[in-house]
Amino acid sequence: MASKANRKGNFAFNEKRRNTDHSSFLTHKGFLWMWIAIILSGASIYGYLTIEVEPRHNGGSWFGYTLGTIGALLILWLTMLGVRKRRMSAGHWSLKAWTSAHVYLGLALIVVGTLHTGFQFGWNIHTLAYGLMLFVIVSGMYGITVYASLPRALSNNRNEMTRGEMVDALAAIDRQLESAAQPLARQDSDRVIAALKADVFSAGFTARLTGAYPLCATSRAFSAFSKGQSDEAQVEQRERVRALLERRKDQLAQIRRQMRLKALLEVWLFIHIPTTIALIAALTAHIVSVFYYW
Amino acid sequence: MALLSHNAYDVSHNQNNTVAGVTLGGFWVPDLYRVAIVGSGPAGLSAAAHAAALGMTHVLLEKTDHLSDTIFKYQKGKHVMATPSNLVLRSDLDFDAGKREFILDTWNRQIEEGKVNVRFNSEVVEIAGTIGAFEIKLKSGDVVKAETVVMSIGTQGNPNKLRCPGSDAEQIQYQLDDPGEYVDEHITVIGSGDAGIENALGLAADEAQRNIVSILNRNAEFARAKAANVALLEEAEANGRIFVRRETNPAEVKDGELVLETRDGTETIPCDRIIARTGSQAPRKFVESCGIDFTSEDRAAFPQLTPSFETTQAGVHVIGALAGYPLIKHCMNQGYDVIEFLSGNLDLKPADEPILAEKFAALPGNRTVEEWLEVFNKNIVILEELSPLQMRELMLDSDVRHYGMGDVIFVRNDPGSSMFAIAEGGVAVEVNPEDTSITVPIEQGTIFGEVGLISGRKRGATIRASEPTTVIELSRGAALKLIATVPAAGRAVNRITIERQLLQMFGSGLKKDDVAALVEAAELVDVPSGKVVIEEGADDKDIYVIQRGSMIVEKEIGGKPVFLSYLPAGSYFGEMAVIDGSARTATVKAAIKAQVVRFPGEVFTALMDRKPQLRARTMKDMASRREVNEFIEGQKDSFSGAVDMYSQTAQFLLDNGLGEATDVLLIDEKLCVGCDNCEKACADSHEGLSRLDREAGRTYAHLHVPTSCRHCEHPHCMADCPPNAIKRGPDGEVFIDETCIGCGNCQRNCPYGVIRMDAKPPKKPSLLSWLLFGAGPGPGEASYDWRSKKSAKDGAAQPKTAIKCDMCAGIKGGPACVRACPTGAAIRVAPEKFLTFTKLVEGAD
Ligand SMILES: Cc1cc2nc3c(=O)[nH]c(=O)nc-3n(C[C@H](O)[C@H](O)[C@H](O)COP(=O)(O)OP(=O)(O)OC[C@H]3O[C@@H](n4cnc5c(N)ncnc54)[C@H](O)[C@@H]3O)c2cc1C
Ligand code: HEM
Ligand code: SF4
Ligand code: SF4
Ligand code: SF4
Repeated sequence: MASKANRKGNFAFNEKRRNTDHSSFLTHKGFLWMWIAIILSGASIYGYLTIEVEPRHNGGSWFGYTLGTIGALLILWLTMLGVRKRRMSAGHWSLKAWTSAHVYLGLALIVVGTLHTGFQFGWNIHTLAYGLMLFVIVSGMYGITVYASLPRALSNNRNEMTRGEMVDALAAIDRQLESAAQPLARQDSDRVIAALKADVFSAGFTARLTGAYPLCATSRAFSAFSKGQSDEAQVEQRERVRALLERRKDQLAQIRRQMRLKALLEVWLFIHIPTTIALIAALTAHIVSVFYYW
Repeated sequence: MALLSHNAYDVSHNQNNTVAGVTLGGFWVPDLYRVAIVGSGPAGLSAAAHAAALGMTHVLLEKTDHLSDTIFKYQKGKHVMATPSNLVLRSDLDFDAGKREFILDTWNRQIEEGKVNVRFNSEVVEIAGTIGAFEIKLKSGDVVKAETVVMSIGTQGNPNKLRCPGSDAEQIQYQLDDPGEYVDEHITVIGSGDAGIENALGLAADEAQRNIVSILNRNAEFARAKAANVALLEEAEANGRIFVRRETNPAEVKDGELVLETRDGTETIPCDRIIARTGSQAPRKFVESCGIDFTSEDRAAFPQLTPSFETTQAGVHVIGALAGYPLIKHCMNQGYDVIEFLSGNLDLKPADEPILAEKFAALPGNRTVEEWLEVFNKNIVILEELSPLQMRELMLDSDVRHYGMGDVIFVRNDPGSSMFAIAEGGVAVEVNPEDTSITVPIEQGTIFGEVGLISGRKRGATIRASEPTTVIELSRGAALKLIATVPAAGRAVNRITIERQLLQMFGSGLKKDDVAALVEAAELVDVPSGKVVIEEGADDKDIYVIQRGSMIVEKEIGGKPVFLSYLPAGSYFGEMAVIDGSARTATVKAAIKAQVVRFPGEVFTALMDRKPQLRARTMKDMASRREVNEFIEGQKDSFSGAVDMYSQTAQFLLDNGLGEATDVLLIDEKLCVGCDNCEKACADSHEGLSRLDREAGRTYAHLHVPTSCRHCEHPHCMADCPPNAIKRGPDGEVFIDETCIGCGNCQRNCPYGVIRMDAKPPKKPSLLSWLLFGAGPGPGEASYDWRSKKSAKDGAAQPKTAIKCDMCAGIKGGPACVRACPTGAAIRVAPEKFLTFTKLVEGAD
């Protein structure tokens, strides 16, 4: 660090950086990668239509090999995004540019890969690799759909609160509930205890994704307290607990919406990545078998 | 020099204990001590230990019931650092980096073994008399007599007392160590600064404590506190956790009650405990009352001292933090030195001599340290009034360099906030970036680079040595201290700044003589944040230059103020009315606390009449500004929503510190998927700790300002850093170097809460072994648990130091947060480029 003061600054580079072009991964550099993907796909289609292959297009012709090689290399490169994302070392790369290229080149694979098959499908390892590829691509398409549509909702729901603050807010309500429930009758206080006991974060997979918690003890306690009841003596205490339960319900709802949105933004990666690994395995088998048995 | 005679007097007097006195508990207690040392911090302790070692009769007077209160009050277990590492320790006491407890134990033991005469619970309230016969009055009423006095009371001062009946009551306390200590109490916090708010929040944080917490504010607003703290307080108020009483003063403290004076009359509330956090009184008043003069009126000034630390009150010496040396090692060395001086050793070389010798070694001419100091002192106009001690201190924080003819000293647009002074030689300024042959000379004895210092902006021109030249580069801290403490230096720097800024702003063609009349008529005006400088519709005709801070231009359209543009430091405004004589067409007000220079319009017009290029240049600027304004006004008719949005977003960003920022991280929450890759990348690029908190911070219209450094033009964090560890780097980044001692001052001073105090984490297993075998915590910041367990296992616990964004200086591709964002949500921007209509409204798609 001490040497820093002597290091020459890089004025032009930093000026450019500070003038950041504020654009998303989809529009990055004026859709540069989209155009590259379109050209790649167009060229593949043009070649497919104009190049004569006897008896018909297949993966084994020179043109098929070319498309196959491009496709396989693309798949390997697309997979590298997983490593790139986790290695934040020096270098002039940006993950936004990588994602942009990933998305458009990944889509171009539909054309390149399909034409590579020459539309010859069967119950074999080759078609399995193709199927897995399409599956990865479809999951990727879901990915960009949620990436494009959910961030606003995530931001609105967060409403300037951090995860920690949401949890703290809940804990603060819980402490108040605990003391407010002290004077209540046994049945009522049991309801509150049940609500407090439930672990907010151990939600099941479907609950997380749908945001529906039909068994939520807080909602149940809240509706129980909202219904009238005969005991005149505890009207005030019950009303206080009811109000607190309502606040707890709202706070829980915010946390659950947050978990749901995050889950929707991440869940597809649990398909995208494992299928990618399966795809690489199938692809290897496909290539090996081609060279041994063709 | 007068001091020689005092010391001569001291030496000739009282070599053995032949003075009157009594024996108390086996100790010899003289009526008249040779030296009384006030304050037992590292400075006073070291002085007392040395006096004891030399057999000098002495007494060490300490206000509290323990030694070294400042260090005593450090957080438990704090790792105390021994910087600067190249300074040798000269003291009878040991000191090396280590835990607070160990250091205090060592000192306690050594003070006892060294038979140092300490008198605890002895707050000195007055020092009367003259050299040879000082009468030192203690709070208890006792009087201690001494021939000489060494003051080492540090800079902590005393907390301000409440000014109402009952202010001596027991239930009032001035510090809150552990808010968890109190239960079931009515507690009132008095004070509207950060300390008060933080205490109130701490006391109310856990409802299980059942405290009823109120906070009193004399005013309606919490203007002195950080926005984040005020927001938390308001939230706590809304939740009913804290009672906030505005425009309320304490009127009387009674047993279990507090009488309040509110806007609607008096009111009494139950109150078991009062936490008074109304700031503290710097020790200056007390020091001045002892007959000691300071170098200037400025808050940052220190007592005037001779090389032997003697003040303007002969016989009274000041050392340690109070003398302007806040590092423990400096303090201890001075304690030793001052006693040596008092014992007649006047040839003692200061302990920093080898450091200065090393600094000057590279200069030609084979001069000694003393000779060089004299050259600087004599040749450089702004240093003329400095004492040798001040010269040394200044040089410790500065660099000296020698340049051959034609060597570049700095380049236009380099960021830089240091100031240069020419000790020998001269330099040439390339005023025209297009034609480097056009230069203006700056001669020996004067300064350059001052614009960067004053405005916090980039260098305006390239400067080369025009002959073999020796310069001093004064660090920002050293230069600001000089301006603050030597009024003549301050005036000289100001004048030169105004002159050069004018020459630079209006480009070539103007000479020093041309602007002389303007400089003469210039008036420096401080503008508090939000204050209007020019009012739309008014018909004053002055022209202004922003010297520090920034301004916003607004116009009333359809009954609402609409943001037109942002003016950074170094720009001028008010020219339209001067040129065409019209009324002001827009309002200009300060975005943050600013300083502007006002010039009378006539003087400017006269200059334009003489210099047609200047008129042409100004007309051109004016036309392009008009164009921007008209564009926005035009939009207002057809796209009023967009203009409102622009206006409000700009205001939001300015409220969140963009007005003083140079480079900020923003997150477009329309794109952010919450993957936290930005934070992980930050941690992995910087020893494993993230310097950004993505979720924290404010959001407006989906534009989010996360908690991360703004790299302020005039960084608040730099204000009070004992080792001057906070600097501005070559890319404009504000960074903290390895000399940080972990005192936490910067964390308290940063208004945006972006500095964290943490220990450097242990090394993680590689990415590959994590990917393949799941070894270690993976990418990003490891959990606190993992870090503390691992470093305990490695046996290499690191001290906590201050950590903040350094803009990824030294990393080739630039800031990792931005590069690691997969969607383009994270962007870093410069305010003057981002606060424009296109950037704010069109945004990303
Ligand atoms: C949190 C924190 C961490 C720090 N960490 C480090 C570090 O790691 N390394 C480092 O080098 N520096 C550090 N510093 C700076 C350093 O502690 C101080 O600058 C240093 O203690 C100053 O020493 P001093 O002897 O001048 O005064 P002080 O240490 O402030 O001592 C003054 C003493 O005088 C007493 N006193 C005051 N008024 C009177 C009076 N009227 N009559 C009698 N007694 C009086 C006080 O009670 C006190 O004991 C840190 C500072 C802080 C606040
Ligand atoms: C066969 C083709 C593809 C392969 C092998 C592949 C592989 C991968 C891999 C390994 C990752 C890294 C995930 C992680 O580590 O978090 C990834 C991420 C991603 N992929 Fe694909 N992908 C393919 C096609 C596509 C397509 C067609 C799209 C979009 C239409 C797409 C969209 C994405 C997105 C949006 C990400 C997340 C980026 C991020 O958040 O960092 N992928 N892909
Ligand atoms: S740490 Fe705070 S005060 Fe310092 S430059 Fe950054 S934002 Fe400004
Ligand atoms: S960088 Fe901050 S914590 Fe470190 S010494 Fe300076 S002010 Fe103290
Ligand atoms: S890396 Fe980008 S998308 Fe991910 S959390 Fe940070 S800003 Fe949001």
